[in-house]
Amino acid sequence: MSYKTDLPVMLPVKPRALEPFKSLKKRHILLIAFLTIVGPSLVFAQTGEFEKSPLAILLDWTPLLLSGFLFNLVISFGAMALGTLVGGLLGLGQVSLFAPTRASSWLVTQFFRNAPWLVLLFFAMFLLPFELNIFGFKLPLPDWFKAILGLSLPVMANVSEIVRGAVRSLPSGQWEAAESLAYTRRQTLWLIILPQCVKRMLPPWMNLYSILTMATVLASIVGVSEVMTLTGRALAAEGGRTDLLAPFYGLVLVLFFIYCYPIARFTVWLEHKFSVIN
Amino acid sequence: MTWSATSDPMVSIKNVYKSFGSLDVLNGVTLDVMKGDVICIIGPSGSGKSTLIRCINALNDIQSGSILVEGLEVNDPNLDKLELRKKVGMVFQQYNLFPHKTALQNIMMAPVRVLKQNKKTSEAAALELLKKVRLEGKENAYPGELSGGQQQRVAIARSLAMQPDVILFDEVTAALDPETVGEVLQTIKELAEDGMTCILVTHEMAFAREVADHIYFTDRGIIVEHGPPETFFKDAKDPRTREFLSQIL
Repeated sequence: MSYKTDLPVMLPVKPRALEPFKSLKKRHILLIAFLTIVGPSLVFAQTGEFEKSPLAILLDWTPLLLSGFLFNLVISFGAMALGTLVGGLLGLGQVSLFAPTRASSWLVTQFFRNAPWLVLLFFAMFLLPFELNIFGFKLPLPDWFKAILGLSLPVMANVSEIVRGAVRSLPSGQWEAAESLAYTRRQTLWLIILPQCVKRMLPPWMNLYSILTMATVLASIVGVSEVMTLTGRALAAEGGRTDLLAPFYGLVLVLFFIYCYPIARFTVWLEHKFSVIN
Repeated sequence: MTWSATSDPMVSIKNVYKSFGSLDVLNGVTLDVMKGDVICIIGPSGSGKSTLIRCINALNDIQSGSILVEGLEVNDPNLDKLELRKKVGMVFQQYNLFPHKTALQNIMMAPVRVLKQNKKTSEAAALELLKKVRLEGKENAYPGELSGGQQQRVAIARSLAMQPDVILFDEVTAALDPETVGEVLQTIKELAEDGMTCILVTHEMAFAREVADHIYFTDRGIIVEHGPPETFFKDAKDPRTREFLSQIL
């Protein structure tokens, strides 16, 4: 229905068009370029006595650092997949009608949600053996795998809360309508409730992924050869030159920014889209 | 019980008490609904009308008393709620259609998933029902694309698809735009004429007068007065009924 009116408040709300990259302006790109290219050269200009420019050294090391960053991504994928799987089940446990399941799922969720990520990572690193003995088969547990396990714990707890929140946010009328049509509780959950929850869960889930990706550098503290570890080693190999610190860590920052920023923008866009529909 | 087979009520409510915490909502309600009857429950807000019909399909449980639906005791802890709900349909004030499913899917999903009916026959039946509620051509529309009145008619069709013995209508026109109330009432009227047993909670007095076989007036959790519409609206005896009717008519 549309009414003719002069009053702006009577007009339908026109949401501001949101595009994932609209707010990334030219000056931002310039800033990134400065950090990666111009910055190091400036440093070089001021400390010209070295035989090789920091930029040239950075370029030499870039392939290795990129491979390290790729490893961060692998850890983030693994921890996210595992955490989502287990966290999803835990979230369903939190909305169970069976009180002991509900209570224990709640306890596990709260425990891991309120624990520092680094401590969880240390637990996984130092409490798990370096190999598992399953029926005589020796299954090695490499450090990166333990890092995935350790980081998947907080992800699991947060996913559990996302699932619980989404299920609880649906109007009770949906449950009642399904009940009055004689759906079983399981059918109600899988056919009616959860499909509607996916939309609501996607933005916070992606937000969580972004945070997790940035947290993967914690694995450097426990010795996994991801981008931070490799950066440290590269700097050491170059003799600990102080003029290299800014360009090297700058590159790492830029790598994360290039990866995480689009995800954040896309999340905002999704949130906006869904808030208009529902 | 000494009912003969032909006069068994379809729904028999006896001395039902229900409270939410310390709030007493139903204080001994007794009423019978025969097969094919259309009964309307009217009364002021908070008088327990909606709670009463929500107890019939066990959406709310009761503290004491008995509700028999086609021989199923609702107040039995071992009640098979799914069996009960296959017999009792319900239409809600807020429609409560499933927003992620089309009109057709909303209607045919329960017959397929709950009654395990064949998908083809369920779809044919669902299309037939859409025609019955005058929504031909809307089968692929999502609830968000339909008006309130259209959504409510889909909800009625969804309930009918389960072939219930009785349908509960919980203030089904209260959330509608005035201009779409008529189309929903018309649909209900046609159902009543087809012989469907209906229990309605409503504020539409003119409609109640037209379609009801029997009217019940509730206040503070009891049935104050009841009777066929002609006598009920003309010569109500209880002062509370008179007051309510004078305010609303």
